[in-house]
This record gives sequence, C-alpha cells and structure tokens, in this order.
Amino acid sequence: MRSPELIMNGRKIVGGQAFGKAVVSKQSMSFFGGIDPRTGIVIEHNHELRGQSIAGKVFVFPRGKGSTVGSYVIYGLRKYGVAPIGMVNVESEPIIIGGCVLAGIPLVDRLDKDPIGIIETGDWVEVNGDAGRVLVRKQHVRSR
Amino acid sequence: MYLTKSEERILDGEEGQARQLAMKLLAAIGDAYQAPRMIKVRSAQISGVSYKTIGEPGLDFLKEISSGGAVATIRAMLNPAGMDLARWKELRVPREFAEKQFEIMQCFKSMKVEPTCTCIPYHGKGAPLKAEHIAWAESSAVVFANSVLGARTNREGGPTALASSILGLSPLYGMHVEEERRPTHLVNLECKLNTDLDYSLLGYWMGRSLASSVPKIKGLPKASSHDRLKALCASMAASGSISMFVWDGNGQNEQMETVSINKDQLSEIDRLLSSNEDFQHVALGCPHLSLDELKLIANLASGRKTTKKLWCFTSRYVRDAAQQQGYVAMI
Repeated sequence: MRSPELIMNGRKIVGGQAFGKAVVSKQSMSFFGGIDPRTGIVIEHNHELRGQSIAGKVFVFPRGKGSTVGSYVIYGLRKYGVAPIGMVNVESEPIIIGGCVLAGIPLVDRLDKDPIGIIETGDWVEVNGDAGRVLVRKQHVRSR
Repeated sequence: MYLTKSEERILDGEEGQARQLAMKLLAAIGDAYQAPRMIKVRSAQISGVSYKTIGEPGLDFLKEISSGGAVATIRAMLNPAGMDLARWKELRVPREFAEKQFEIMQCFKSMKVEPTCTCIPYHGKGAPLKAEHIAWAESSAVVFANSVLGARTNREGGPTALASSILGLSPLYGMHVEEERRPTHLVNLECKLNTDLDYSLLGYWMGRSLASSVPKIKGLPKASSHDRLKALCASMAASGSISMFVWDGNGQNEQMETVSINKDQLSEIDRLLSSNEDFQHVALGCPHLSLDELKLIANLASGRKTTKKLWCFTSRYVRDAAQQQGYVAMI
C-alpha cells in the first residue's frame, strides 16, 4: 500500500527544495556546541538526538537557541559536506535563518500543522522553501 | 519586505557576491520578523571574533566573504578576540591558536572593520547618539545602548552585524520600532542598591524572571554611574534575552504586569552565584573595565602587593588612556 501523503503549508524563509529522510527533535537546538561541524553528529549532552547524525537529512526541530556562532556552524556543516539538506522549524530565529542563508539550505517555518507532532524520524519529507510547503510521506502508518 | 530598487540590485547580485549574501541574510531576517523595509544604521559591532568560539567554520566563512570583496561601509567595530593581540606570547597562548586568531583579524582588516576588540564599544569613538539606529551584537552593549544611551539596536548576531556593516542597513523591526520600545512589565524595586554588586544581582534576577520583555524599573536611581549601569545591563543580558529596560518617569505607569524585588531576593541570587571554594586567580573586566574602574583598582593596588594573580581586562583604547593617567603603572 502506498504511504499516505500529507501537505503542510507555512512560511518560506530560505528558498530551494530538498527531499530526504527526516530526523526530528522535540528539543530546541544549539548548533554551536550542540553539533560537531565536521561530522554533523549531535554532541550536546542530554539531547534526545545525541550521537545521531543530521547530515543529508531534513532536520525538523522547534527552534534554534544559544550563540549566534551557530550560524557559522551550519555554514561549516555545508562546507564539510555534512549539512542537513533542508530544515523545518516551528518558529525560526536569526541563528537558524542566518545559517541556512549562508549555507543555502531551504528553510520553512510556521506550518498550519504541528511538524514536531506529525513528522517522525525516518519519514520521507519534501521541503519547498520557495513555496513555503512541506510534504510528508509517512514511513509507518499508525493504526487507529 | 519592501526593498528599494538599489536594494533589489544588491539582492540580484549586481554588486557582487558578498553584498548579495549580506542582503539575502538581512532580507530573510526582515521577512521572518515582518519588517516593512530596511533602515540605515550608523554603526555595526560584530561578535564572533575569537577563534575559540567561531573555530574553523567561522574562519572559513570570513575568508570567503572577505575574499569576495566585502567591505564595511559604515563604522564597524569588533567584540574581543580570543587573546591579547599584542601580548599573547607573554600570556602563554599557543602559537597555533594565535596564528588562527591573526588570520581572523586579517579578514576583518581587509573588510575595513576596526579592530576595537571590546565589549564596551560605547567607551571611545563608537558611542552612538540618542535615537541613532545601530546594529550591535554584544548583548550587554545592546542593553546599554538602548536603555542608557537611547540608541536603537536589536540583539544582533555575528553574521547579521557583519552583513549590516557591509550594507549599512538593518531590517526595521524590534527595538528599531518606537512601539516595541514601550515597557511591558513594571519592576518595583523595594530596596536600595548600595553596591556595584547589587546592580549585577538585580540585572541577573530581571533577565531570569522577565524573558524578552521591556521592563520599566521603578526606583532605579537616575544618578547611577555608567559603570553600575554597565553591570546591570551585562547581567540582564547574560541571564536572559532582554534588549532594553526603561527608566521610571518616562510616560504613564499604565496597566502592566508588576513584579517586585526586595533585598532577600537579591541575596538569594548572590548565594546562587557564589562559591566558597578557594581561588588562585582574580579576573576583572567582563564586560571590559572602564577608565574609572581602572582608576579605582589602581588606587586600591598602588603600593600593595597582591597575594593572588590579578588580571584586568579592557580594550586597547581604555588601556592606552589608563596608561597616560599612570593607572597601568600603579596596578
């Protein structure tokens, strides 16, 4: 059976399109000190994604936090070839916006549905940063 | 957001890649915060200077944008670097670190950014005028500029302040907008602030209790020295995300959420931040020491010998002034 698709509409922040597997965090993310720019692996202590990589994934998380140096970390991830291919936020703030602009990563926020509740790690997600749209293809169909 | 014809040209890359990237960055932030347009800013103060914080990714970015021909078009200043740029050897900074730090300084130099390297850019030539729009990144200086000097700046980050220095622009939102500068909370000060430390404790408590608000402080002495206000602003910025506070007496005390603070609460913060451990080293100057503070330290230290190592941090600008006054020799 074909997985159901779900469309969420929101705000385009940084243009471009990406399609890939999602990695989802319920916690906010500090890229500075939270992610190793050489590997794309989450290194923040006590973070739910600690040890996991966001490289080549669509990274879904509520919002950025911490130092504005985080923007340079996102740029670094791109430079070393381990950046996420797209990002989805509940609400974007300047650290993430800045990083996605510098690295050319499509970014969408303020969706009409809660991306953290709906998207699960492993789902296929298409981020359209030009239209402000996110399309989700669920990996696991939840039984009712 | 609305962009003028010349701003559109920059966004389209007609003035080169570096200016295009700077405009993309500011326009994206402006869109996110529903800024109607850009405004001109008179100065920018850029954070993310130390190699210890920005590391290789930051250095790579600075190399890319500076070699792409980016140049500051307004007064552009820097936050402190990761070491004393003149006396790093004496302070035993590893050579590899120093070399990276000098590469960073070279990038900024080629972009015509002044190596002020201070978190108190309002001491010196960089002081803004009242109502002047600026784009500063050092959070303690942001609170000071907005609240004490009456200038207008958001809490910028390293990349946005750099972009503003290149374009001389910032998106019109937040602290640049008159309505956003109106107080949202009333802080009722129920005790006297007797020492410098009391100002720090009040600031810390406010930052922690009042996330991203514009608090009005009832009972803050108008005659508070700039150094005490610096301490207030710095701890407020460090413990939370406040960009400005308002003095009592400006406008009506209309219906606002009111919080009170008394001596006991200040003492509680003091206990929370203090430790009984023995120490080997005293470091003063975060934020950087002013000339008055160096004078005080000089008078206390003169003719005495310290039993612990004492480090005083300030900008090259203030240090030179202190040297002329003889304070450096006294310490």
